[in-house]
Amino acid sequence: MSDSSVSSKNLFGYVAEFANATDLYHAAEKMRDGGFRRWDVHTPYPVHGMDHAMGLGKSWLSAIVLGGGVTGFSIALFMQFFTQVALYPTIVQDKPTNLFTVPAFFPVTFELTILLSGFATVFGLLGIMMLPRWNHPLFNSKLFSKFSDDGFIMVIEARDPKFKRERTREFLEEIGAEKIEEVAY
Amino acid sequence: MADTNTAKTSMHPTEVEGIAREPLVLNNRSLGWITDRICGIVENRQPFIWWVLFVPSVALFSCLLFTLVYLVSTGVGVWGNNQPVAWGWAIVNFVFWIGIGHAGTLISAILFLTRQKWRTSVNRASEAMTLIAVMCAGIYPGFHVGRFWMVWFLAPIPNANGIWQNFKSPLLWDVFAVSTYFTVSVIFWYIGLIPDLATLRDRAKKKVPKFLYGFFALGWRGGNRHWRHYEMAYLLLAALSTPLVLSVHSVVSFDFATSVVPGWHTTIFPPYFVAGAVFGGFAMVLTLMLPVRKLYGLEDMITHKHVDNMTKIILLTGTIVGYAYIMELFISYYGANKYETDAFHIRILSGPYTWAYYCMFFCNVIAPQIFWMKWARHNLWVVFIVVNFVNIGMWFERFVIIPTSIARDFLPGQWGYYSPSWVEKLMFLGTFGMFMMLFLLFIRFLPVIAASEVKGVLPESDPHYPEWKKLREKRRQSER
Repeated sequence: MSDSSVSSKNLFGYVAEFANATDLYHAAEKMRDGGFRRWDVHTPYPVHGMDHAMGLGKSWLSAIVLGGGVTGFSIALFMQFFTQVALYPTIVQDKPTNLFTVPAFFPVTFELTILLSGFATVFGLLGIMMLPRWNHPLFNSKLFSKFSDDGFIMVIEARDPKFKRERTREFLEEIGAEKIEEVAY
Repeated sequence: MADTNTAKTSMHPTEVEGIAREPLVLNNRSLGWITDRICGIVENRQPFIWWVLFVPSVALFSCLLFTLVYLVSTGVGVWGNNQPVAWGWAIVNFVFWIGIGHAGTLISAILFLTRQKWRTSVNRASEAMTLIAVMCAGIYPGFHVGRFWMVWFLAPIPNANGIWQNFKSPLLWDVFAVSTYFTVSVIFWYIGLIPDLATLRDRAKKKVPKFLYGFFALGWRGGNRHWRHYEMAYLLLAALSTPLVLSVHSVVSFDFATSVVPGWHTTIFPPYFVAGAVFGGFAMVLTLMLPVRKLYGLEDMITHKHVDNMTKIILLTGTIVGYAYIMELFISYYGANKYETDAFHIRILSGPYTWAYYCMFFCNVIAPQIFWMKWARHNLWVVFIVVNFVNIGMWFERFVIIPTSIARDFLPGQWGYYSPSWVEKLMFLGTFGMFMMLFLLFIRFLPVIAASEVKGVLPESDPHYPEWKKLREKRRQSER
């Protein structure tokens, strides 16, 4: 789909390939300084320092996970205290059924904290990444599919406010793109 | 994580002469070579030996199914355990398998937090080993409850009489610990798999594999806007799994330590069990990975350095385990509790199972000491033999702890002797069949090495690599 017959109406954007991680890294710095917004780099592995080069901050996934952990902790304590002390006090092993029972609840509380944090991590991650998404215009591009092997790919979307069909292509060439392909929706 | 300053100070000791480290991937392999080699295992025909191993594994697995059906249809009495030894092979094997799982999590989580980059080429297979081992472990307590169809009583829901589980019982803690461990390990493993599944998706030629790999890759596009959250997720899971893995075997040891049986009732159990689990798990990782690296030509990624590091961990944890054995004996003497003293006297001198104790002691404490020598760590045959000693020794450790303590408790009138029935023996062999079968299927269908992680540890993967190269040249010139 990389022929020039793509009309500007259904143009998704440009896929550009760079020679290596270093070129991509410096190109990303220039894209960041150029003020582009709807672009990304696609690499076989997470490139060290790329967040900085792209001007991205720290991931906020940890906040979701903290929420999951707190939920798990509270559910576990409530469930154990309510069922063992309030609802149906079972006196076994000579352990008390009052506030002093709480130490015996520690292992389950710990495990549920971890369990719900784990769930929060995976579902939070998928939510933030908006995955699963099995269909995407980028999958139409042969050049793009190299990202999972050894390609260092940059994608700029036509939706970007600074995107100009000719000018952006020239800009990509200036910053070192080796191959550029148009991708249609 | 992604700080350019740290990138400049901590990268590439390979570039600094004098303290040069061995590279993690040998022979200057390229990114494409790594992809081809790892995906090739899945895409090409399996070597003949794969079938030679797979067919007997399936046969053994069917033995497991047969014994389980026989057990359920007849009753749990077909096992050899009875009073006084109510916890026989079933619990020995449970602890054995669950312990094996611990090395996988240690490699994937603790070594990630401590920035041990060599973990990248062994973590995937070890995590798979963890999951399979925990599955094998889960079979035993599940059926040990007697009426398997009532196993839902373990879940935190009230039974028909409105009675809740006893949350103060270590056995219930165990249910939570093991199920959480399994779930979080699956999550960790699967999140790590996503980028590699995308690679397999992009390479797949046939329709069905392309659909299946694509489905499980969830549409991964490898964008840095994803990678940054992905890396955070990975870091968080590592941080969650680290205390989790320590807690699991601690909770398993509580099953014993909180009872009053002499020989079980000790405070040393949690650290002793955890060290033993890591020890036995690494032995199993090496048992699996040494043949795999040879068979599939992965020597450039799983190098001698990896084997060397793992044998050093085995040496360390084996020595900790040895310390625990000796400390147990010392405390039984120094504690001056006569039941405790007797329990250990019976265990090492006068009891019916002393042979098991010495077998354990030799395999776990003496045999790994050979790894102090460099030639032993570098001779793969020696490594393979010693790690198999460890596999055997760790099974005996659980055997020594469990039946020997309860075969001789407070009243001599209660003493008994335990030997396993044929059902238990066949079932244990069957779990090995299941373990091997699932591991072989894992090799067949999933990338056995985390390709995306190995690619990230190549020196030229660092965007600052050319600057480092220039610096090195400059220094060389100035030295001249």
